[in-house]
Amino acid sequence: MTATTFGRYADLPALVGFMTGDEKHQAAAESTLDVLWVLYDRVLNVTPETLDDPDRDRFLLSKGHGPAAYYAVLAAKGFLGVRELRAWGAFDSPLGHHPDRVLVPGVEIGSGSLGHGLGLALGTALALRAQGRTRPRVVALVGDAELDEGSNHEAIAVAGRLGIDNLTVVVIDNQSDSLGWPGGIGERFAVEGWDARAVEGRDHAALYEALTTAHPGRPLAVTARVRS
Amino acid sequence: MPRNGPPSLSTVDNVTPTRMREAFVSTALASLETDPRVTVVLADISEDRFETAAARYPERVVNVGIREQLMVGVAGGMALTGMRPIVHTIAPFLVERPFEQLKLDLSHQDAGAVLVGVGSSYDYAAGGRTHMAPGDVALLDTLPGWRVHVPGHADEAARLLRDSLEGDDRVYLRLSERGNAAARPVDDGLVTVRSGSARRGGVVVAVGPMLDRVLAATDGLDVTVAYTATVRPFDRAGLNRLVAAAGQADVLVVEPYLEGTSAHEVATALADRRHRQRSLGVSRADEVRGYGTAADHDRAHGLDTEGIAKAARDFFLV
Repeated sequence: MTATTFGRYADLPALVGFMTGDEKHQAAAESTLDVLWVLYDRVLNVTPETLDDPDRDRFLLSKGHGPAAYYAVLAAKGFLGVRELRAWGAFDSPLGHHPDRVLVPGVEIGSGSLGHGLGLALGTALALRAQGRTRPRVVALVGDAELDEGSNHEAIAVAGRLGIDNLTVVVIDNQSDSLGWPGGIGERFAVEGWDARAVEGRDHAALYEALTTAHPGRPLAVTARVRS
Repeated sequence: MPRNGPPSLSTVDNVTPTRMREAFVSTALASLETDPRVTVVLADISEDRFETAAARYPERVVNVGIREQLMVGVAGGMALTGMRPIVHTIAPFLVERPFEQLKLDLSHQDAGAVLVGVGSSYDYAAGGRTHMAPGDVALLDTLPGWRVHVPGHADEAARLLRDSLEGDDRVYLRLSERGNAAARPVDDGLVTVRSGSARRGGVVVAVGPMLDRVLAATDGLDVTVAYTATVRPFDRAGLNRLVAAAGQADVLVVEPYLEGTSAHEVATALADRRHRQRSLGVSRADEVRGYGTAADHDRAHGLDTEGIAKAARDFFLV
C-alpha cells in the first residue's frame, strides 16, 4: 500500500482509524489535524526524499500527546507506510503514543513530556542561521495547556528578544488549559517581540495565510483556535 | 605518628587552584575559530569571558540569560543540525536543574553536547547547599552513554575538551577549582601512578583532583595507586588487570563527588573474583549545613588527606 492510495485530506480520518487505543488523547489528536495537513500539504518544504536535506524545513511536534493525526499526515504524505499505522503502540512498532525521532523517518524530535519543543526549535533555528542557511524555516507546534510549562516562556522570551525570524510557533488552542490565559495567548508572544496572529484552526485558507505572510525580523506565533 | 601514618598534609590539601576554568575558556575560544561546528550556549555564568566571541559569532555563542532549561534545549536543537554545542554553567544549574532536558533534549533525541561544569561538589563552599552538586555524576549515571571526565589539572581539562569537541557524543566535563600539581595522561583509562611491591595489598583508584591527596595519604601503604580523569565509561578491564596483579582483591575508590558513585562499576569489573571494596566521596548521610572553604568540607566528609589516610589504613590493614 502506498501513500498515493491515502494521499488526500479526506483520507485522514481513515488513516487515524487504522490506529487504535489511546482513547484519552483522542481529542488532542484531532485538534491538530487541520494545522498538520496545511503545514505538510502547502507550507513545509520537506518530502520523504528530502528528510535528511540540511536545507529542508523542520517541523517539531512539541505537544507529543495524541500523535495519531501526525502519523496520519506523515502517512498521507509518504513518510510512513500506511500498513505501519495498524501496529501503533506495539512493542516493535516505530509508532508510539508519543513520537520518537530515532524510530520514525521525518519526525524531527521525540516528544511527550511537555515544554521541550520550543527550546529545541530555537536551537535549530539559531544553528541554521549560523550555517548561513537562510531558506529553511523551523515550525514548532504546542498546545495551549502545554504553555503552562515554564520552559516555553524561557524560549518565547529569548526567541523574541533575539528576533529569530526563521522560527514559527503554532499554538493549538483547544481551551484545555486549566487556569486560562487572561488577555489571550498571543499577548504572551507579542509582548516579547513576536508577530502574533490568531486564526480559526479548521480554516485551511486562513491557516495558510497566517503561516506564510512575511514577518521580517520577528519570530511568528500563530494561535489556531479549535473547538474540542 | 606510626610509621605507616600520614605524612604532613597541609600543602596537598591547599593545593593552588589549577585554573581549569581559564583552560576551558581559552580552549573553547580557540575551537570557535577553527571548527565551524562548535557553538557555546551560556546561562549568564562566564558570559563576560565570551563577550567578544559572541559579538563575532552571534548565532554560535548564545547567552540565554538565567534560563538553564532553554540552555540545554537550544544545545539539543543545534546538535540536531550537526553542530557541536558546548553548554556551560555551575554544576547544580548544569546537571540538576535542567535534568529532564539532559534526558530528553540530548539523550532521547540522540543529540550530542559537551557539558562543561564549574563549581563541582563544594568548590563554592561559601555559597552553601544551593551552589553545591556532589550528586552530579551519580545523577548523570542514570542515563546511558554519557562520557564523564573529571580532570585533575588544567592541561588535562584542555586536552579532554579538545578531544570531546571532535566527537558527536554526550560528554560531561567536570571542572574543579582544585586539582593536582602535575597533569597526568588522560587517554588510556586507569593509569598506574605508584606501584606497590610484589606482595602489594590492593589497589587505590584516585579520580581527578583527589590524586595528590591520595598519594600523600597512602604513602606508607603497600598498594597500587591508579589515576583516572574519565569515570564513564569506567575502565573495568584496566581495574580487573590491576587487581589481578595485586596480592589482594581489595579496592579503595576515592572520588570527589557522592560516595559510592562508581561502586557498581567496581563490582561489575571484579565480578569474576571475590573482592572487597570501599568507596570514599562526599557523604550520603547528611546535608552538611556549613559554609567556609572547600577544605572545611573535605574534613567534614573525610576527604582531606588525613581522612583518606585513616580510611585507607582501616581498609587495607585489616
